[in-house]
Amino acid sequence: MANLKTSEKKSKAQSMGMHTEVLTGRTQQKFFNPDEAENFYYFGTYDVDFNKRTDLDVKEMSAPEANKEIDNLMSQGYGTIVIKNPQGKHSLGVGILNKLNLIFEGSLGYFGMGSCDGPTVRINGRVGWSCAENLMAGKVVIEKNAGSCFGAAIRGGDLICKGSVGARTGIDMKGGTIIIGGDAGAFTGFMMQRGRIIILGDVGINLGDSMYDGTIFIGGSIGSYGSDAVDAELTKSDQDWLKRKLKVAEIGENFDVSKMKKIVAGKKLWNYDNLEPTEKKGAI
Amino acid sequence: MCGIAGLIHRGKSSNVGSELQGMLQALKHRGEDSTGYALYGDTDGENFIMRFKVGENVGEGSSSIMEDVSVYDERKKIVDQYLSEMGARVIKEERTLPYSLRYEIKYDAKDLLEFSQKLESIPGVEILSMGKSLEVIKDLGNAKMVCDRYSLDKVVGTHAIGHARMATESGVDIKSAHPFWGYPFSDVSVVHNGQLTNYWNNRRVLENKGMRFMSECDSELIAVYIAQKMREGASLEEGMKESLSGLDGVFTYFVATKDSLGMAKDTMAAKPLVLYESDDLVAMGSEEIAIRSVLPQEIDTYDPFDGEVKVWQI
Repeated sequence: MANLKTSEKKSKAQSMGMHTEVLTGRTQQKFFNPDEAENFYYFGTYDVDFNKRTDLDVKEMSAPEANKEIDNLMSQGYGTIVIKNPQGKHSLGVGILNKLNLIFEGSLGYFGMGSCDGPTVRINGRVGWSCAENLMAGKVVIEKNAGSCFGAAIRGGDLICKGSVGARTGIDMKGGTIIIGGDAGAFTGFMMQRGRIIILGDVGINLGDSMYDGTIFIGGSIGSYGSDAVDAELTKSDQDWLKRKLKVAEIGENFDVSKMKKIVAGKKLWNYDNLEPTEKKGAI
Repeated sequence: MCGIAGLIHRGKSSNVGSELQGMLQALKHRGEDSTGYALYGDTDGENFIMRFKVGENVGEGSSSIMEDVSVYDERKKIVDQYLSEMGARVIKEERTLPYSLRYEIKYDAKDLLEFSQKLESIPGVEILSMGKSLEVIKDLGNAKMVCDRYSLDKVVGTHAIGHARMATESGVDIKSAHPFWGYPFSDVSVVHNGQLTNYWNNRRVLENKGMRFMSECDSELIAVYIAQKMREGASLEEGMKESLSGLDGVFTYFVATKDSLGMAKDTMAAKPLVLYESDDLVAMGSEEIAIRSVLPQEIDTYDPFDGEVKVWQI
């Protein structure tokens, strides 16, 4: 077993089993030379034209069939796709690693828009559990309510729900922003590691339970604080950022952000601040 | 993982058998070891309807022991004899399957506890439901199979709850299938999705108070727990609210009575539920696709929050 005390800083992460692997993908571009344009795209993604628009009726399709057809349309250069009759089907729109303007005329079931990187999505309905899980980049806007585990483990992008959401919103999130126009259930921000959550309404019990890092802003009442979630000072720059973000999100533009509560990790349970940047990268 | 679904029409009747079949079939990927229906039909309210079984379905996938079919007839004879002794008159008798029977009974009951205890003292006999509008039908297989087997698609009524089961902690058999009758209360039924971790502690307490358990399925505890609370004078809603602290574990469950339907969700909101509510209809299920089977048009639905209890009247 490696002796951690005597290891060089550079190799300490590897000794701890935290690999500084080569990251790929558009969202990780800060680790790359921006001139290497080819690294900004995944293999198998397409050049699409946002002005090229089409409708896709998925009423009689299974989720895999619908997702394949979306991929097929992107391969033909369609940059705006309107999905008709989603009717609460599960796993629609998953794994889109492309710039795309995607509109759902209706509601989605579980795992909608999971593992996406790049698309701009508007859902004119409700979403079930685990919407946009693992989102890496892009913007997903839900016009109505959302189920539990909304934005679980997202790494980037903006995830916006104009209605209310269920329990465990932003569980295990590692980046990005989640914005909720209504209320949120229990365990919001459970074990979140990075990123920001904004709730304009009330939130349930155990807010920010066991959070490692990240920030939660609450406009309404708080059911109770979770373990190691503590209040922090709402600064002027926080308020400026909140105003900008809510404007972009098209909700709460006139909301008085100065009265919002700011919740952060007390860092009694977990504390990665004393790790080197490369180690943090591996740990998170 | 199991799936639950329920609906209540307010101010009117509908084809609840067919509607619930559609909802449960949409959830069949959550489990199709067994499926159960609790249907609240349109009746004259004069007589009791008793659904009971004199044996188990021992078909493919069943965890029950094969029995000689002749024992079913013997058990039925004893049931008939006991009914006669207790002054209950059978108005109508149906035998859908060798092990499954439906009796329409004229009986002036003050307490169904004694009645039920007597009939269930016959080995192999279990009352699935007893009520003036409730009928519990449950068997192995998915929603469509059970619906076809018992011709449920034509049942008209005001409300219904149902369950698609993936057996995890007890056998694949009818006795462990949901819904559970809220013994000994007429017209009370329960379906549950989740796991209860203080099942045995609660069971011991309730058995000491004279309540009966027919299976080792943890979900049965909810029916017995709510029934006991009602016996002690609590309303349905009060009993359900008390269950949030009295029951430990993760759960979303529905309870239905002759004229109401309720839902409760544990304090961690660990089990899913999607709800649609309008002036004349409430429909809910583990997943939105269950609701979509009766309401395909665009509608507003939501997830109830943690620790939430709601009750609707017909």
